[in-house]
Amino acid sequence: MPTAEQHGFRPHSDGPVVPVQTRSERFRSVDVTDFAPVTGRELEWKLSPVAAFADLTGGELDGSRVEIETTDAAGIDVSWIARSDARIGRAGTPEDRAAANAWSSFGEAVFVRVTGEDEKVTAITRHDLGTTPRAAHTVIEAAPNSRGLVVLRGTGTARLTENVEIVVGEGASLTVVSLQEWDDDAVHLASHFARLGRDSFLKHIVVSLGGRVVRVNPSTHLAEQGSDVEALGLYFADAGQHLEQQVFVHHDAPHTRSRVTYKGALQGQGARSVWIGDVLIGNAATGTDSYEQNRNLVLTDGTRADSVPNLEIETGDIEGAGHASATGRFDDEQLFYLMARGISEDEARRLVVRGFLTEIVQKIGSPELEARLTAALEAELEGR
Amino acid sequence: MSVLEIKNLHVNVETDQGTREILRGVDLVINEGEIHAIMGPNGSGKSTLAYTIAGHPKYTVVQGEILLDGENVLEMSVDERARAGLFLAMQYPVEIPGVTVTNFLRTAKTAIDGDAPSIRGWVKDVRESMSNLKMDPAFAERNVNEGFSGGEKKRNEILQLELLKPRFAVLDETDSGLDVDALKIVSEGVNRAKANTGLGILLITHYTRILRYITPDFVHVFVAGRIAEQGGRELADRLEDEGYDRYLAPAGK
Repeated sequence: MPTAEQHGFRPHSDGPVVPVQTRSERFRSVDVTDFAPVTGRELEWKLSPVAAFADLTGGELDGSRVEIETTDAAGIDVSWIARSDARIGRAGTPEDRAAANAWSSFGEAVFVRVTGEDEKVTAITRHDLGTTPRAAHTVIEAAPNSRGLVVLRGTGTARLTENVEIVVGEGASLTVVSLQEWDDDAVHLASHFARLGRDSFLKHIVVSLGGRVVRVNPSTHLAEQGSDVEALGLYFADAGQHLEQQVFVHHDAPHTRSRVTYKGALQGQGARSVWIGDVLIGNAATGTDSYEQNRNLVLTDGTRADSVPNLEIETGDIEGAGHASATGRFDDEQLFYLMARGISEDEARRLVVRGFLTEIVQKIGSPELEARLTAALEAELEGR
Repeated sequence: MSVLEIKNLHVNVETDQGTREILRGVDLVINEGEIHAIMGPNGSGKSTLAYTIAGHPKYTVVQGEILLDGENVLEMSVDERARAGLFLAMQYPVEIPGVTVTNFLRTAKTAIDGDAPSIRGWVKDVRESMSNLKMDPAFAERNVNEGFSGGEKKRNEILQLELLKPRFAVLDETDSGLDVDALKIVSEGVNRAKANTGLGILLITHYTRILRYITPDFVHVFVAGRIAEQGGRELADRLEDEGYDRYLAPAGK
């Protein structure tokens, strides 16, 4: 008769195993002093180059207005509001020290309000924020049943830590694109918090192409029945770049739906990407339909892609929940197929990489923005 | 008059168990306008021949030659072979996510011809070929082979055959997995391509079924990496009745 020991059932040699902390129990605060200084060993920092931005997690930040350029759109109003304004703090609370530092330091917030049922687009650009460490806060609110697309874009140089709150009203359909096209020396840490009302839809897209370190962590609270998030991400890490995204979706009401799809390409010595995808299906979230995936395409040696999907389910009554993660080299069979049709190797590679990333671009839903991103990706592929 | 010659071809493949010899001396001459059927049991090396002609990196030629109008095909890269006029219709075409059929076809046509086709004529050609193959026009905007059924993938291969106009085409088990309607449509496409361009065809198949719709000039029976018997159409009829058993049974029994 085999014993339990033979099956490997015996006390762990390190002593009793402590269950990992669940995502919903993670510490939260808007006050930076509530967080211990960052060492790089913390769960939320352990894959990040923390020494490259100690000023943003621990130092004093300039909280004055960050200069923005805005394209006008009827039905999307952009204004500044005081930090004491009641419209701040409705979508979420920082879970890491960089976000808390930004929250503790910002003076005024950018307030973007989307109203009206017709489609409209506005782009808010932050350009050349300089080398002073800065804090920013943005609140994007979609009124009930409104529709719109808001692009939050960063170019030039920056040392920025910020919070972006996204409040989606009942029945509204909002697209938010966070577009990181910073210069090579820029550091940008962002936490996005979205709260979705009943039967609302949020398409949230993170596109990270430029910057030395870019870390955009979007979390979505599916707070009310029938709410739906499509979280998309696209990144292209070149030599020496660190592009990170920690995505959290909290299903917290019945019949909520989430789709998380992040795709990245890595090219060149030291190109680095991190994707952590946490999905929590809470007790109340019966009938949840959820799927998250991350795919990385490794184009050269010397790169590293971390991809960590996590799924916690607290109710048995769900429709579906799944996750997938794959990091692979170029598929030689795809290359063979294209070359067997006369296409040169270089062109075939470009075609495959472009195709791999285009899947995300195709889902943005703004022809103008899609065309611009396609051009930006071409430039990345050319190594420019 | 174009000619594709295969001379004493020996091909190895690397497997987890080490090097295996798959082709053991294949000789074959295909002239422009001829249809050669290669038939044989599973594992006889038929597909290896197809992929070796196309230049798949998995296969190593250890001896022999492949010549296209006297030019050494084995020295050409995969894309050079295609541009020289060789075409392989694959048994399992791969998906290319994010690349539409339209984009793919135009890119391939441009690569093969050396310059981009005139937009008007090209769009018309594509539409006509798709209609001939009973492909829904919406196909053009789908990503290559992504979510295609088996029959759709094969039609997409023949669509490329018709549009890229090679001098020689290798059809690797194009008939496998097709229902009779799809088989007819695909066969008509092959016959049309031949009528239009006079290309030479190497038709690789396990079954005689497709030979009801595409009439071969020559039939070669492939066994254990070489041609065991050759003949005309009648050889296919005999295989249909008898199967491959007599080639597989040890001599003297």
